[in-house]
Amino acid sequence: MTEPLSMDAVEPTAPPKSQWADVWAQFKAHRGAMIASALLAVIVAAVLIGPWLWGIDPTKLDIRAKDMRPIFTVLWDGDAKVGWNHPLGTDNLGRDLLARLLSGGQISLAVGMAAMVLSVVLGTLIGVLAGYFKFLDGILMRLTDLFLALPLLPLLLVAVLLFRDRLSATFGPEGGTFILIVTLVGVTSWMQTARIVRGDVLALKEREFILAARSIGTSPAKMITRHLLPNVMSPIMVSATLGIATAIITESALSFLGFGFPPDFPTWGKLLFDSVDRMELYPERVIWPGLMISLTVLSVNYVGDGLRDALDPRIRGR
Amino acid sequence: MKLMTALLGAAAAVAMTPMAMAADGERGRDGEVKIIYWQAPSILNTYLSGGTKDSEAASLVIEPLARYDTEGVLVPYLVDEVPTVANGGVSEDLTQITWKITPGLVWSDGTAFTSADAKFTYEYCTHPEGGCAYATKYEGVKSVETPDDLTVVVTFDKPTPNPYGPFVGSEAPILQAAQFADCIGPKAPECTEENFNPIGTGPFTVTEFKPNDVITFAANENYREAGKPAFAKVTFKGGGDATAAGRAVMETGEFDYAWNLQLAPDVIAKMEEGGKGTPVAGFGPLVERIMLNNTNPDPALGPDERSVIKPHPFLGDPAVYKAMSLAIDRPLLVEVGYGQAGKVTCNWVPVPANYASTTFTCDTQDIAGANKMLDDAGIVDTDGDGVREKDGVPLKVLYQTSTNAVRQDFQALIKQWWSEIGIEAELRNIDASVFFGGDPGSPDTFQKFYADVEMYANTFNGTDPQSYLGNGLCDKAPSPATQWQGENVSRFCMEEFDAIHAELANTADIAKRGELAAKLNDLMIENGGMIPLVHRGRLSAHANSLGGVALNVWDSELWNIADWYRISN
Amino acid sequence: MLTYTIRRLILSVPTLLFISLVIYLLLELAPGDPMAQVPLTVPPEVKEKMREALGVGQPWYIAFPKWLYQFFVVEPMYLIDAIFGTTMTEGEQRVISWQTRSPVMDIVVQRLPQTLWVVGVAYVVAIAIALPIGIYSAYRQYSWFDNAGTFVTMVGFSVPPFFSGVVVIVVFSVWLGWFPSIYDTTHEVDDWDSFVKQLKQMVMPVMVLALQITSQLSRFMRASMLDNLNQDYVRTARAKGLGEKTVVMVHVLRNSLIPVVTVIAIGIPSIFGGAIITEQVFKVNGIGQLLITAIQANDLPMVQTLTFIFAVLIVLFNLIADILYGILDPRIRYD
Repeated sequence: MTEPLSMDAVEPTAPPKSQWADVWAQFKAHRGAMIASALLAVIVAAVLIGPWLWGIDPTKLDIRAKDMRPIFTVLWDGDAKVGWNHPLGTDNLGRDLLARLLSGGQISLAVGMAAMVLSVVLGTLIGVLAGYFKFLDGILMRLTDLFLALPLLPLLLVAVLLFRDRLSATFGPEGGTFILIVTLVGVTSWMQTARIVRGDVLALKEREFILAARSIGTSPAKMITRHLLPNVMSPIMVSATLGIATAIITESALSFLGFGFPPDFPTWGKLLFDSVDRMELYPERVIWPGLMISLTVLSVNYVGDGLRDALDPRIRGR
Repeated sequence: MKLMTALLGAAAAVAMTPMAMAADGERGRDGEVKIIYWQAPSILNTYLSGGTKDSEAASLVIEPLARYDTEGVLVPYLVDEVPTVANGGVSEDLTQITWKITPGLVWSDGTAFTSADAKFTYEYCTHPEGGCAYATKYEGVKSVETPDDLTVVVTFDKPTPNPYGPFVGSEAPILQAAQFADCIGPKAPECTEENFNPIGTGPFTVTEFKPNDVITFAANENYREAGKPAFAKVTFKGGGDATAAGRAVMETGEFDYAWNLQLAPDVIAKMEEGGKGTPVAGFGPLVERIMLNNTNPDPALGPDERSVIKPHPFLGDPAVYKAMSLAIDRPLLVEVGYGQAGKVTCNWVPVPANYASTTFTCDTQDIAGANKMLDDAGIVDTDGDGVREKDGVPLKVLYQTSTNAVRQDFQALIKQWWSEIGIEAELRNIDASVFFGGDPGSPDTFQKFYADVEMYANTFNGTDPQSYLGNGLCDKAPSPATQWQGENVSRFCMEEFDAIHAELANTADIAKRGELAAKLNDLMIENGGMIPLVHRGRLSAHANSLGGVALNVWDSELWNIADWYRISN
Repeated sequence: MLTYTIRRLILSVPTLLFISLVIYLLLELAPGDPMAQVPLTVPPEVKEKMREALGVGQPWYIAFPKWLYQFFVVEPMYLIDAIFGTTMTEGEQRVISWQTRSPVMDIVVQRLPQTLWVVGVAYVVAIAIALPIGIYSAYRQYSWFDNAGTFVTMVGFSVPPFFSGVVVIVVFSVWLGWFPSIYDTTHEVDDWDSFVKQLKQMVMPVMVLALQITSQLSRFMRASMLDNLNQDYVRTARAKGLGEKTVVMVHVLRNSLIPVVTVIAIGIPSIFGGAIITEQVFKVNGIGQLLITAIQANDLPMVQTLTFIFAVLIVLFNLIADILYGILDPRIRYD
């Protein structure tokens, strides 16, 4: 993994370039990644600032204005119950769908990202350690087997039983719930990443460049961070992208079991689930949250693709 | 009792007439009928069942001596008439009831049905190690005697105004003594073959039972009525969810009958547009209510004091719970949650009419009135945060219920209304298998009631509410001493209530019993035991081509499957 | 490699015993009550009697060894009895479900066909679709095919089966009426027509499941191929004058398979485990539905047995994956 000799370096007129400038230049050249970053930024900005701009309380009921359709329904159905006060319509209790999507996004994005990071970090750590150090392999992989085998639902019930009250006493009810959900999702979804990373590391550590690095006395820590991790980035990126979708959906599943956020607190996953029964009558209620989840995952995927390309010196040099 | 007898006779006569259609022609002429239950039956022995789904599936095969019809009136099944004091079947002192089995009845295997089978069933269910689910049906029975093959004499240990417990209703069917002889007591759960394939007297016999999945039944060749059942085969599928079951009957027409569709009215209406089936509703005594915790659920109290020590910091104040009730728009709740399967109710016991109280009205919401009530009681918002305080304690309640789309809608609506009268609600929903489970180790069971208010529905079997009203007795309150078991979930306790209930237990006169029951109902509501919300019906759906369906909420829904037939078009 | 395999197999016995103990304690600790579905009208004393009759609430040091004995001694003996007609298990208690009061293994055997049909076929279909998509997407990175593939797989993975399942039911069962919305588990395939009927009822659940699995597998395949396509050995192979097909399909593919093998190895036990939500949506009533209803009903013997069988498969397939790594890349050594 040596840097290709750059001609710029010997040319005195060109300004010196740092590695990160190179990475950024390569990232910028990736059209998909740029569009995706912009989209992701828009989504994040919308859910952060949107509720404040839009100003309608997502839990506020207005039963007279229930079952309103999105404003554009007028285009093909002149009699539809629509109004500019609820541009995306309302649900069966008259809660504003736009407000719910925006504030639901805060939780879904936060849970999705945090749980994904936790699961990827855990998975990578365990995978690399198991793959690189032979004496850790047995015990860590048996631990992985154990976690793969544990039934999820009883595990969640036990975790809630043991930790919910303690966490909400320390971090307040909402902070406690957030920590609990993120930890639960993260702790129950790292195993696949760990197995994949370990498999790749097992193969990598027999490659010539690793042997070369070892022969010049590179310390294990350096070996892992400089030589192994950059080469297992692709599967980690894929795991991360898929992990967000899983975390957002799992969060909604948790709230049906009664240990997510309170039932009137919207999240994308819950909005989607609650609307499935009325899918034929009010398709917008499933399309919007479904679209938001898909868009988030898609943009994270492209950003990941771009990052991976940008970080790979072989591609960057081309 | 006289009045009741007359009613019984009249109703029985009426109930029998419209069924002529099902008896036209030979047995099994209409082929197959397909039923879907979104909870799948696990066992076909009612006495070992883990839920209504099992006893309803079993009711196709095993039958009681008499059962309730759609109006809640007893009709004879395996006997010629229902014994009463008037016809001499029940002794004057109300301690003995004598059933006369219809001569010539046979089991589906062709052997004779005798009184020994009834006596055996009694012994089977009352064996202390058998784990019989419906042992209460045989509560207070001193002995079951069989003077001859067709006579069953049940003797009670004290005068029993309602002697129709043993062998009556879908929860007390008769098992065949010959089949279950080796399955008594601790051996009951081991008899898989018997529990999956009981021999019965009912219109169908089990062909194949796949637990928690699907059951196939075939017409019973030895069924007592000629030309019935009209169907040769029943496919009884279980599993999935209520939406899918409703869709399969009303939209795709794959199934003929779907059980207990607890769905929002607009969802049902949309399904009905599919044009393949029709929803039907029936009303039993099921009431959706908010229970008020009469003890203090403060988490700061230790596990032995939380939800044990009285009083609650503010819920005991009549102004508070009356205002909470007044702020609720019940007609809207019905419209949003149940539609044709719900009615407004202010009572704990809404039916039968004889026992229902007429004291209260509650069908109009009055936010202003509720606010005034709280203001007058001196419970006002002193610190300007929008939440009232009583003696310095803010009126913040934790409002829990089981996870269920309609219940979460109710929570959201009621939270909003309460916020308008200065009461803040924090909502919590809990998975039904934990909430209704009696695990003393879980903090989230409805008995433990680690919340200020909680919402669920409850009902009683048969037509007599005496034991149901007993849920308000002081000594039935759950506590650590009872492993958190007990039906008095709100921990309601009043000497007067206990005294009237004792009087009810010793009263035989039907009118007097109704009066006492209504008084108990009023005491409970008036003194802050609960806030009734909706009188809930059972909503099921049947295919438009399926005739003879009469939705019964007092007994098994499939009680008259022998009379079902295919409407030819 | 052989000694490694043998060592791992021997080691898997204590591993599995430990896993089963952990599962048991977890289930024991989880709140819940097998009597939760009994109507509220049944009084608590009666429920307590019912629990006693089932043996609920025995301390773990009695109940766990009992389960071990029943599962490892009585059940295999019962199997031998069933095959050879012997009567070794006379009077011995098998693992009994609390819900149905019948032997757990009988129900598992009853449920296997539909789960293998639906989930197994979905897996085969998914692998058959995902690998070519992944390979071609990587080979033609950022082509329209790659971008379309990315879009479809990402949306496919973001849409949970409780939603996609209902969408296909509404479209294909309600509107078009092509396929049944409810799977008939009593259906037997014995001629062409019944085979067609079986295919029809399988189409929708297989479609929904395969979409999820395909999305996942093709992403890993693509990423791994991309990594390898840029390696020096590929340039060397091309420089040697090897055909493009040989380079991609033999050299690159073989080196890219490690992550894919890992994902498939984790996935295969889940064929047995069933697909809980998909099975529920289409009423397939296979192992997944059995597990979830058992968990909801707190049927400990059933949950314990199912998860343990699942654990055995996980340990086994992860071992197979480890062996496959060695075959795919002979430089990987474990000894």
